[in-house]
Amino acid sequence: MQLSEKHHEYWRKNLAITGVLLLIWFIFTFVEIWFARELSAITFFGWPLAFWFSAQGSLAIYVVIIGVYAWMMGKLDKEYGVDEGDLE
Amino acid sequence: MSSPAFSQAAFNRQLKKNYTWYTGGFILFIIFLAIAEQLGMSRAWIGYWFLFATIGLYAGIGIMSRTSEVAEYYVAGRRVPAFFNGMATGADWMSAASFIGMAGTLFLAGFDGLAWVMGWTGGYCLVALFLAPYLRKFGQFTIPDFLAERYGGNIVRTIGIISAITCSFVYVVAQIYGVGLITSRFTGLEFGVGVFVGLAGILVCSMLGGMRAVTWTQVAQYIILIIAYLTPVVWLGMKHTGVPVPQFAYGYTLQKVTELEKKITNDPKEQEVRKTFADRAAAGRAGLADPDKAYAEGKARVDKSLADLKAQNAPAAKIAEAERAVAAYPTSVASARSIYQREAGMAARSAGPRPHAEAFVGKDEAARNTARWNFIGIVFCMMFGTAALPHILMRYYTTPSVQQARVSVFWSLFFIFLLYFTAPTLAVLAKYDMYANLVGSSFASLPAWAAAWAKVDPGLLNITDINRDGIVQWAEVVIGGDLIVLATPEIAGLPYVVSGLVAAGGLAAALSTADGLLLTIANALSHDLYYKMIDPHASTTKRVTISKVLLVVVAIIAAYVTSLKPGDILFLVGAAFSLAASAFFPPLVLGVFWKRANKWGAIIGMAAGLGVCIYYMMRTYPFFTNMGVPKMDLWFGLSPVSAGMFGLPIGLLTIIIVSYLTSPPNREVQELVEHVRYPHLRGDTVVSEAR
Repeated sequence: MQLSEKHHEYWRKNLAITGVLLLIWFIFTFVEIWFARELSAITFFGWPLAFWFSAQGSLAIYVVIIGVYAWMMGKLDKEYGVDEGDLE
Repeated sequence: MSSPAFSQAAFNRQLKKNYTWYTGGFILFIIFLAIAEQLGMSRAWIGYWFLFATIGLYAGIGIMSRTSEVAEYYVAGRRVPAFFNGMATGADWMSAASFIGMAGTLFLAGFDGLAWVMGWTGGYCLVALFLAPYLRKFGQFTIPDFLAERYGGNIVRTIGIISAITCSFVYVVAQIYGVGLITSRFTGLEFGVGVFVGLAGILVCSMLGGMRAVTWTQVAQYIILIIAYLTPVVWLGMKHTGVPVPQFAYGYTLQKVTELEKKITNDPKEQEVRKTFADRAAAGRAGLADPDKAYAEGKARVDKSLADLKAQNAPAAKIAEAERAVAAYPTSVASARSIYQREAGMAARSAGPRPHAEAFVGKDEAARNTARWNFIGIVFCMMFGTAALPHILMRYYTTPSVQQARVSVFWSLFFIFLLYFTAPTLAVLAKYDMYANLVGSSFASLPAWAAAWAKVDPGLLNITDINRDGIVQWAEVVIGGDLIVLATPEIAGLPYVVSGLVAAGGLAAALSTADGLLLTIANALSHDLYYKMIDPHASTTKRVTISKVLLVVVAIIAAYVTSLKPGDILFLVGAAFSLAASAFFPPLVLGVFWKRANKWGAIIGMAAGLGVCIYYMMRTYPFFTNMGVPKMDLWFGLSPVSAGMFGLPIGLLTIIIVSYLTSPPNREVQELVEHVRYPHLRGDTVVSEAR
């Protein structure tokens, strides 16, 4: 079928959401690792900050990234009428 | 689409009710065994109860879920709710290596081990953002299905089948190995027998009901494995941090570990032991440099000391000791050589304790930089490998809708997170306990758990009084990584029933992963190879029957390979991730996000990615170079496990370049891409939903 302009807009917004979340993922993974030795100078509730991120902070952020993605995409689907209806 | 009589909401309610009862029943079962232990039930019987009760339970679920319908067999009828699919994925994902090995790796490697923790969780972001919803919308049965449909033709499907089978098979061998190890350790059965008992457990779960049976047993297995992992850690945490959620409080324990490390590094007695090892290593190296000379000199030394003692009329005991030294002296240069080799290896023990909290440990800036790149390499390969392993991606075909697939990735990572953020906690708590209670204790009165384990399994715990002062120095202790999880209940002072529970948890982790992997292999053979390429007119009954037969055959082959005990299993697991990342990730993601990607791009790109990855491993990994493959220097100092660091980008670039050089895909393929991008397009009929 022919896609409408609205469909293209949906896809662009999807790409924007994906891109932003991917950037956050990248920062809390690779940028954090790159500066791990510098971050270790900071103490956070007893942990060196880099250790805390790698052992639980970044992990928790990953969970949140996926949760936010699912929630925002669910909303976007409904907004653009491409949702699947109530299948719960 | 679901039949009108079927109500997803009622089904969800029923599931919640069943698994709540199940969890309660399991806890009652533990309490019952705990009481029985107090009344005098033997350890072996507790082991048997856990082994046979849990396997019997999985078998029961497997038999109740038997089916011969195609959609039920391959994708559990596509009605697994997000929450339960998340639990099943968690169990599918967490293997024996995660359950038993992870905390041990962290214990030994400190910060640098956290690369595995990050890599094996962050990959789910890629699954969520790039793959799960789109694969669910595509809605077929396997990963090669998608590749074949998107890029067209049997060449792509064939490469897909080969890659899926290679990485899954390597991985499943490691799981069955874990099953054999746990069964034999906790019941006293032989390793080989343990492998086949475990195999029976795997088959009853998966054979009769395929994905449907595997899904519902995996949910049951997740519940057992998470209870088993958390119970002893909470207990040990109470002991050292005073809070029942030590995950949020062990920062201060880590500080204490760092202080004790400094104390151990500077302690004169510790330095004395380390010096002994340094001397022995130096002697070993000298022996290796010139074995003939070292052998002759050593021989002369023992002979002379005996002659001297005799000449001085020394006490008989001293002479007898010197005579034993002469008798024990190696009879040939060759046998002396292996001793020099071992002694030279003592260099590792001459170093002080590894600073647990320090990032990228190394003697100079260059070494630290290499450590950093290797950390990045492991994180990169494990993440992209996660997002490309067929047995995980397949799970997102089973949800009722695209939105449920997205939510299901969230639950998957949440359930995995519960274990993965506990493992570093356990490593620090166990280390603190050992630094504080084991180091400095006297050999006459070791902590009970240490005495027991050193006796049962010197491979996991070995304590020798090197400087003969009767006191344990840290440098005198050698620990095998698997000890940490296995011995935690005893370190925490818990009754044996908790050790049995941990074994049941490890078994659940290994069985659930093995189930998922075997199903992936059998499906690649029966669905992709047989049905799609050999006999497209096969009836549905025939397809499912063939799948069941193949499952048994593959399982037996895997068990046979396992019983040969191939050595480098841990490397192979890492390699499976690198291979999957190089082969699958680029064509899957470009297939959804770039309409221009075409057949030849995919074929040459997958081959290039795989090729580079295999080439790097072959040329750098000792297992291959020792077999005669010419050795080459590491690129950027990256270890062979991280070969995907090179394979993936090259695969990605190749697909883009070759696709531009050849003609764009036809209209139908472009419509397929549009089809998967939107959860629901009104009047969309490109691919009818497969049932």
